[in-house]
Amino acid sequence: MTSSTLALPEKRATWWQYPIVERYTPIVTVVLALVAVWYIAAVLMNLSLVRDGFEREETPYTVSDLFEGTMSAERPLLPAPHQVIEAFVDSVFGYAPSAPRSLVFHSAVTLSATLLGFVLGALLGIGLALLIVHSRVLEKSLLPWVICSQMVPILALAPIFIVVLGAMGMQGLLPKSIISAYLCFFPVTIGMVKGFTSPDPIQLDLMRTWSASPRQVLSKLRWPAAIPYLFASLKVAVTISLIGAIVAELPTGGEAGIGARLLAGSYYGQTIQIWAALLAAAVLASGLIGLVDLIERGVARQMGVRP
Amino acid sequence: MNARKRRLGFILAVMGLLAALVLPLSSEDVAGLTTRPILSVLIVAAALLFAMAAWTQGILMVFPGFTGAFCGAVATLTLLRDPGVAGSAAAGFWAVTLAVWLGAALCVVELASIRPRNALSRRALDLAIPVLFGAVVFYLWEVLVRGFGVSPVIMPAPSAAAARFVASLPTLGGDFVQTFLRGVLIGYAIGCGAGLLVAIVAQRFAFLGRGLLPLGNFFSALPLVGVAPIMVMWFGFDWPSKAAVVALVTFFPMLVNALAGLSASGHMERDLMRSYGADYSQALNKLYLPAALPFIFNALKINATLALIGAIVAEFFGTPTQGIGFRISTEAGRMALDMVWAEIALAAIAGMAFYGLVALAERVTTFWHPSYRT
Repeated sequence: MTSSTLALPEKRATWWQYPIVERYTPIVTVVLALVAVWYIAAVLMNLSLVRDGFEREETPYTVSDLFEGTMSAERPLLPAPHQVIEAFVDSVFGYAPSAPRSLVFHSAVTLSATLLGFVLGALLGIGLALLIVHSRVLEKSLLPWVICSQMVPILALAPIFIVVLGAMGMQGLLPKSIISAYLCFFPVTIGMVKGFTSPDPIQLDLMRTWSASPRQVLSKLRWPAAIPYLFASLKVAVTISLIGAIVAELPTGGEAGIGARLLAGSYYGQTIQIWAALLAAAVLASGLIGLVDLIERGVARQMGVRP
Repeated sequence: MNARKRRLGFILAVMGLLAALVLPLSSEDVAGLTTRPILSVLIVAAALLFAMAAWTQGILMVFPGFTGAFCGAVATLTLLRDPGVAGSAAAGFWAVTLAVWLGAALCVVELASIRPRNALSRRALDLAIPVLFGAVVFYLWEVLVRGFGVSPVIMPAPSAAAARFVASLPTLGGDFVQTFLRGVLIGYAIGCGAGLLVAIVAQRFAFLGRGLLPLGNFFSALPLVGVAPIMVMWFGFDWPSKAAVVALVTFFPMLVNALAGLSASGHMERDLMRSYGADYSQALNKLYLPAALPFIFNALKINATLALIGAIVAEFFGTPTQGIGFRISTEAGRMALDMVWAEIALAAIAGMAFYGLVALAERVTTFWHPSYRT
């Protein structure tokens, strides 16, 4: 008898047992259910609006007229998903990227503020964490305030920053980025303090026995140990930075940007425009997180992490 | 920091204080320090205390050091009430300020290097250091703003914001009720409760859980506060729209964390429940929910901040004529920044108290968790 005859007959996996199917079926099902709920809600919420419209014009209507009306109302309470996607595609591809009606233009404005704020905030956060890790005084005196400020609704400061920086003659990109940076440096600081202090005492002792200088301990032990913490907090920070940029566009009465688009939509009752802007924000957020994730994988590979 | 550097620092501070006695206080023509007897006594006392601190150490240094800094601070704050000094302060004034800052900073450094043996004084020290540090920062903010005469449009002095806070307590109270008690608390309860319920259902039916978890992660990373204008459109200007935004913003973090918490119990414990013949509701009450408590409280703490932010941002899109966010945006538009800072102080106090209450509840209910055992 050879070993091959002993082996169990190979069981062919049926199609629903493939890992990819097993993994994505629940997600797709839930998404489809959500879309269905959305359509039903759109019909129910827009129904009275559409009926009022028909009755005001005193035109006779049937049930199917009503249904069609709810799916294509111009200013619906809740636009149907296809309307949102239509508006999104139309305002992304329908205009030149520099036109003020183009979502690409508004997204670019918000994105540039987000990225600048994110970079500033991340650098500030890492620098502060370095100071706190290396100085007992700062750890004792500054860190409690940093933690306290986490509990404060910092976003409420946004209008002041805009007003103050505007009074100092700063306009455009920088005030928004400063709000973004101000919002997103906290998670980076907290995460990096945790990361820099994550090496075991035993490893620090080993560095001592090699008589490593503080700088060498930092570059050879603390930094590599802090990298996972860095990326975890960067992922949080990048979304907060986007929120900061969007909210910062509100009090300026902003001329451009996703926040300005939201505000204008709410002033003029353009619901579809609001939803399209929200979709753009979602796309931006997931794109930014994906980018950070990609960089994390690249860095991990560079550092020799085996998947 | 070694003793010699510290002594040098204090000697510099003493020299600064003594120099202030002869240097001009203001670019305008005002009486010098030597013609103001009480202030001169304060300055000389501060100099003596600093000199005492220079040759002592430990707690013996901190007391004279801080008393000296306090004397100097009182002197500068009294000087600022002179309209000739405020806004046009000169070398003498800034010498005192610098000396106060230097002395206080050295004391904080010394305080941080004390390592007391017993737990009580260690805790007192952990509280005292940030408080003193904050006091120094607020003192510098106050003195710099008033000494340089910074326009209140750009940055009001903390005392101005505090005065405004006290003067407009009824307004602030109304805003607090509108934003916090109505918008935040109701929305928070709805959002967290719904998140927990959906998580329990999703844990019961694994298929739903596998579908909801990635979506929940995705949604909790989205800038959800952006739905604020839609909610205002649906639920009107008053607090229900704010509560709706808060509920939506707090739902997903709770869902994700509770889902992680409900599956945190180990196989051994589940098997134990099986061998006891526990039915699902018993297992949920005795095992799954208690094991999930640390995760649930984590979400509650995250949500405490998110909720306040959500409510304030939602108010930027329209409110009845009260609320923290409404007041901040209108007063910022009118350049009444002291009122804006008073509102921010209110939001900060409310936020910290809220967070503190949640943390307290966590301590009471999850006392068994390893992170609290000592």
